[in-house]
Amino acid sequence: MSQLTPAQARLGDHGTTTDGREPEGSLPPDLEAPHEPGWLTRARRKHLGLKTAPLGILGLAGLVFWYYQSLNLAESKVQIASPLAWGTKLWPQTVEHLTIAFWSTVLVVVVAIPLGIALTRPPLRRFGPTIVAVANSGQALPAYGLLILFLSMLGQGLRTVVVALVLYALLPVLRNTMVGLDAVERSVIEAGRGMGMTRWQVLTRIELPLAVPVILAGVRVAMILNIGMATLAYLIGGGGLGVTIAVGLKLQQDAVLVIGASIVAIVALTFDWLGALAETYLRPKGV
Amino acid sequence: MSQDAKIRLDHVQKKYLGSKAPAVDSLTLEVPEGEILVLVGPSGCGKSTTLRLINRMIEPTGGRIFLDEEDVTTVDPDHLRRRIGYVIQQIGLFPHQTIAQNIATVPKMLKWDKARIAERVDELLSVVGLDPEVYRGRYPSELSGGQAQRVGVARALGADPEIMLMDEPFGAIDPITRDRLQNEFLRVQETLRKTIVFVTHDIDEAIKMGDRIAILGEQSHIRQIDTPERILAFPVDDFVRDFIGSGSTLKGLHFEIVDDNVELDPYPTMTVDSTAAEGLALARAAHADWVLLLDASHRPLRWVPVDELEAGGPVTAESGTEVLAKVSLGATLFQALEQMLVSSAAVACVVREDGSYHGVVRLTYLNRVIRQARREAREHYERLEAMA
Ligand SMILES: Nc1ncnc2c1ncn2[C@@H]1O[C@H](COP(=O)(O)OP(=O)(O)O)[C@@H](O)[C@H]1O
Ligand SMILES: [Mg+2]
Repeated sequence: MSQLTPAQARLGDHGTTTDGREPEGSLPPDLEAPHEPGWLTRARRKHLGLKTAPLGILGLAGLVFWYYQSLNLAESKVQIASPLAWGTKLWPQTVEHLTIAFWSTVLVVVVAIPLGIALTRPPLRRFGPTIVAVANSGQALPAYGLLILFLSMLGQGLRTVVVALVLYALLPVLRNTMVGLDAVERSVIEAGRGMGMTRWQVLTRIELPLAVPVILAGVRVAMILNIGMATLAYLIGGGGLGVTIAVGLKLQQDAVLVIGASIVAIVALTFDWLGALAETYLRPKGV
Repeated sequence: MSQDAKIRLDHVQKKYLGSKAPAVDSLTLEVPEGEILVLVGPSGCGKSTTLRLINRMIEPTGGRIFLDEEDVTTVDPDHLRRRIGYVIQQIGLFPHQTIAQNIATVPKMLKWDKARIAERVDELLSVVGLDPEVYRGRYPSELSGGQAQRVGVARALGADPEIMLMDEPFGAIDPITRDRLQNEFLRVQETLRKTIVFVTHDIDEAIKMGDRIAILGEQSHIRQIDTPERILAFPVDDFVRDFIGSGSTLKGLHFEIVDDNVELDPYPTMTVDSTAAEGLALARAAHADWVLLLDASHRPLRWVPVDELEAGGPVTAESGTEVLAKVSLGATLFQALEQMLVSSAAVACVVREDGSYHGVVRLTYLNRVIRQARREAREHYERLEAMA
């Protein structure tokens, strides 16, 4: 009984009542500006911690430096002066320490992230829990035992240390990669696939960027684990600041012990802070 | 089989791995170009599965799927999907990308150049009623649910696909915003003329959005497929009747328009300069209890009751009661009914564009229209049955 299109008929936009009422309300409520988004607030709060942490680290470093100066190495006995010599002992050991931590962390990242990705893909998904359980038990082993185990297999040296540490620190990164990828909402992936993104595109453009904060948190944990564990490297001739600490223990020189341990602490805190920086600035915007 | 179907499913079947009965069982369906076909049915009847078979998010286990009469059952699904807009209830905006980047997803994959993409993003934001200046740089977490779904629709329209698949797109949105989004979407569709398959479990949404509605039962079996008017006028069986629920007659009135083709009932009218006696004579002649008083330019003014006319005296712009409710030509009969319910004379007063009196719609008229619609629908199905 009418030539109007069904859409027009449904809309009734040509048939408004003429008693002066607006057919629809004025400003749609869903066009009002929302409050500041949560991610921005969270980022702000985090920045506060990021700014104060370096002050604490610098304070600790200053304290250690003051203590180191007060020891007056030029005139102290050889048991203290020799292990605490900056140029020949402490500095090279620090570099060694960082080298161990660096390579083991890099290797952890290179191994654990792709493994985590693979274990969240459909074909390998069902192996995920098993692999995590294995990695879990790896971490449950005493670190000392793990080092000795690898010493017997790979011999002395830096390489053995790195391999042992990689195994030890694999879990946090692997687990966080899997958790981070699993936490990406199904609907987001569904929408991506529905628009014709390939699996690879969805992984690289959607899933991984969204999982970055969680993965980075795992990497940060692994890095700190590695810096701490590297103090045991001296046990199998891997060097590092553990040497100084061990000497301090053996010679019963508290000053040596304190200085060695403090440098490890400063290094660990510094890298933890760098990790936090990375987490903040590499976190995708909007999340 | 007509040759101009934009989407054609031919005995499509989907049996999920590990389940005994198929989720979609031998579904044959055609969607002509430019139509909104709504799939509606109870939860779990296979609507989403059917929709996802069309863009091969789910691989069929039987049958063929044709788009533009091209068999797409085995083409590369990723490329296929770039031709088809897809909107889901959960929206699934990429939270780490701006609104502009979200909308640019498909154009970027299709390697459009930057300027063209930027232009397209702004155009689409305007189409869905969001100010590009304000919204293009925002992140999804900075949007309300309604805004997010507007962006969801804009993103699906990204590369101007000819086909859109929408799975309960407004299902998670509050009723007021949903109503607005539905209206806006229909308005947009009037110019875009996409071929749309729209899934919902809400019969009212189906009636509102669909050019045609397919009412689905278990395993996506089509129980009735037709225009909303005809389904409302003539549900083919109890399943459909139950699913439509009560009030289908009222809902049907949304589809009937008061226009020039309608023969409106006359009503006794008088103007301000006629006398009470003249008015009374008119009312008596028409067996009416009221006379409609018009102003100098023939606009309805007051309902004057016969008692008042009998009492004599001058008829002025204060006589009787005000004509509160008027419907313009082009209103639906549903609106006319609403006005009837508030009108003193229990009729809806129809006015032309300039506000002048045209006629009235009475309840008996609605009754006539409803019975006619039912008769036509029944005859239509009888013809179909005779042909089969
Ligand atoms: N991925 C799946 N695997 C197995 N069964 C499924 C899957 N998805 C849906 N189903 C089943 O298929 C049937 C139809 O589901 P669906 O299409 O989602 O229904 P609707 O969208 O109409 O609610 C349901 O019985 C559901 O349990
Ligand atoms: Mg569904």
